Amino acid sequence: MADEHKVLLTIPMYPDMELAAAKTGSVLAELKDFNEDAVEEIQLAIIETCINASEHSQSEDKEVHIQFLVTDDQLQVKITDRGVGITADTLDGTRLLGTAGVHPDLRKRGRGLQIIKALMDEVMIESSPNGTTVSFTKKKATE
Amino acid sequence: MLNKFDIQIREAEEHAIIETTGYLNDALGEQLSEKAQELIQGGCVQLVINLEKTTLINSIGISILIEIIEALEEREGTLNFCGLSSTQERTFRMMAIAKYAGIFPDEESAVANL
Repeated sequence: MADEHKVLLTIPMYPDMELAAAKTGSVLAELKDFNEDAVEEIQLAIIETCINASEHSQSEDKEVHIQFLVTDDQLQVKITDRGVGITADTLDGTRLLGTAGVHPDLRKRGRGLQIIKALMDEVMIESSPNGTTVSFTKKKATE
Repeated sequence: MLNKFDIQIREAEEHAIIETTGYLNDALGEQLSEKAQELIQGGCVQLVINLEKTTLINSIGISILIEIIEALEEREGTLNFCGLSSTQERTFRMMAIAKYAGIFPDEESAVANL
């Protein structure tokens, strides 16, 4: 059985607290010798998910709950808020675009989820009126 | 404060280099935007942004960089980036920033290609 470490972290929805979560993710990934790029990608995915929770969840407890599960070959991160849930138009980014800029492909907002999906190997989103959980997995690159 | 950030500007005759330090989020992004707008309003429309000391950029920071690109385009200016990590470069390409701004490995090449 792979050596497994589980870490639970709750952060308040204060500015820059997503860095605390990102740091925890990076320490766990480095512990398992993930390469530098993977560590940065994990940090970015954690940051974007925590920012989405802070900006859009409208949760009353103003907290983000993060579970890290790291094994020798992958890191799983589960990020949960107890907010109002997210809608389909939020998931595809259309609700968050804001005003159109000079170039339609240079969308200013609503790109966080696109970044997470591009950088992680697996992404799953579960949402209900009681909250949202975004889970993602980064697999360790084989040499 | 978790995020200690700083902005340094070096102005030359026809261009300016803006060097950021720290996490590029809304707070650093707003300062960066303010400094860039000051340069653009003052007629300096050839800019290099050096991100070598900026290890993390979130999507809000990226949206602010897009605003700077658009402000420069209105003045027919040019923006080149340098010092990006491979993940940052990949993210910039994914978000189409690389279509409207140059990406170079170092300041020297970024300035030479303004």
